[in-house]
Amino acid sequence: MKPLPFHHALKVKEDVCFGCTRCMMICPTGAIRINRGKAHVNPDRCVDCGNCMEACPVNAIVIEQDDFQKIYRYKYRVAVVPSVMIGQFKEEITEEQIYSILMELGFTHVYEAEFGSDILHEISGRYTTYADRSPVISSFCPAIVRLIQVRFPSLVQHLNLIKPPLDITAAYATRQLIENGARAEEIGMFYVTPCAAKIAAIKSPQGESKSGFDGVINMDFLFNLVHKTIVKQKQKGNSPIPPHRNLSGEAVVWSLTMGEAPHMPGRSLAVDGIHNVIEFLEKLENEEIHGIDFLELRACDEGCAGGILGSGNRFLTAERLRHRAESMEGIASHLKQEIQAQGEYLRHNLKLERIEARSIVKLDDNLQTAMEKMEQIQDLLKKLPHVDCGTCGSPSCEALAQDIVQGKADLSRCIFYQRRQELLDSRNAKINLERMIKVWGREKLEGS
Amino acid sequence: MHFEFEIEAGDFSNAGNASSQIKKILKQLNLPNSVVKKAVVALFESEVNVIGHSFGGTVAIDIENEHLHILVSDTGPGIEDVDLAMSEGYSTATKEIQEMGFGAGMGLPNIKKNTDYLDIRSQAGDHTEIEMLIHFNQETVQAPDLPSAEGGQS
Repeated sequence: MKPLPFHHALKVKEDVCFGCTRCMMICPTGAIRINRGKAHVNPDRCVDCGNCMEACPVNAIVIEQDDFQKIYRYKYRVAVVPSVMIGQFKEEITEEQIYSILMELGFTHVYEAEFGSDILHEISGRYTTYADRSPVISSFCPAIVRLIQVRFPSLVQHLNLIKPPLDITAAYATRQLIENGARAEEIGMFYVTPCAAKIAAIKSPQGESKSGFDGVINMDFLFNLVHKTIVKQKQKGNSPIPPHRNLSGEAVVWSLTMGEAPHMPGRSLAVDGIHNVIEFLEKLENEEIHGIDFLELRACDEGCAGGILGSGNRFLTAERLRHRAESMEGIASHLKQEIQAQGEYLRHNLKLERIEARSIVKLDDNLQTAMEKMEQIQDLLKKLPHVDCGTCGSPSCEALAQDIVQGKADLSRCIFYQRRQELLDSRNAKINLERMIKVWGREKLEGS
Repeated sequence: MHFEFEIEAGDFSNAGNASSQIKKILKQLNLPNSVVKKAVVALFESEVNVIGHSFGGTVAIDIENEHLHILVSDTGPGIEDVDLAMSEGYSTATKEIQEMGFGAGMGLPNIKKNTDYLDIRSQAGDHTEIEMLIHFNQETVQAPDLPSAEGGQS
């Protein structure tokens, strides 16, 4: 059975994209091609890491989001906010102020997403991991989970099958509300996201049949909204503040690089930046890594502080979080009691189901066909210049060769090959121009 | 499909070059993970052997319909006692090489573990040739080692 397609939060605005190839060249899974002068994303390959969005010089790549008004469909409107959200603001703006503004904007409850790591610790007495193979790879970063599914299918059994903190928080918050008389359909759980990958993970979860969230709000959008409200609040005084739920210091910095690794049993290490992670996973796949028990792998530099929807500088954000963590003393005893009261329920809702491999690297399911295709690729590679210029609309000569054997492109797209053809017969120049128009659009070729 | 890699003696920083490239190809062929892992380990250990112990050599890989054929050949100085070299923990590696994290005496034993056929042809003072096979269908390979199904069910 073919797995359901991945949901993607990243979209290309075709009216803005001018086919500059920057996104295509940086994409860690080779998901982007240029056609008719625009970038096109292959949904099977994209892991929503956001590298393309960061590389785009004209903001042609955007992240979809739910309409903010959607929160009003629910009687209980819960904002689950990542701790990096606080780090977006100047230190003069307190957490209380930010949370009171979220209440004023229409939310009835505010939880910090990383509270989930405190919950996990409280009900298990430690930060539990659960995987078939060692070293265990953190399932915290959804871009990394998908990267492993598509590019390192042999490593899916290393993934920690414990839900990430935001999902544990959602389960806890929902349960709390229900215990206090709310009906499930009255509760709207909204995650404020620092990245595209978390949206994609909520819209098509891997390892669970249904996400605990009803919608997603982009952090940069909310950041602007909060800023606007700060100005208004100064004029009319403060709004109510949601009940104080103290995180532990560990939880506050959980989403940063080295936030998770030091607390895991055994020896651990942390790698951030998706290209660094790929380099490391190659080594793990080669069985070159020994003696390590836990791997914290994050797609963004500085972890979630480097999320694509962050408005502040990632290093300042990380510093503010670390500073805040220093003053935290651990969760309050009444919270411990609340968590323990739900311990049984939460323990049954912690685990993810098996995460499936969805290899994008295989040429064909049939070995014989794959071998034939591979032979064709090897022949094509002898004809290609290995300049990786991207002018054919594929990110590298190797990618073009693969596209050709998969019937998605033609060797005549290569400008080096075209020159050779033109040398043999000058009439090929006109044909080749038409070919390039197909890749780049008439405007670019005619220089208008 | 034939692939060939030149390997320079002493060039430890390039160890893994051949195995990574072949891994990429085997993954594209959608071979079982067990085959890919065996091939990667056998190739990596072979590369390290040539780098650490020989005057340099080549690794030639042929991907056939049902198996992977690997031929590692170097220009010397040969293995004095092949049986001894096959025993775990035995190494002729120099102290310098061991300090670099290689030469634990696991190279050849690891190659043996990760291949379905292994033939070492060497003489002291001469070149060494190591030939190996890894079958794509690992189930038929492992079958003789497993207890028969009939016997297990009584």
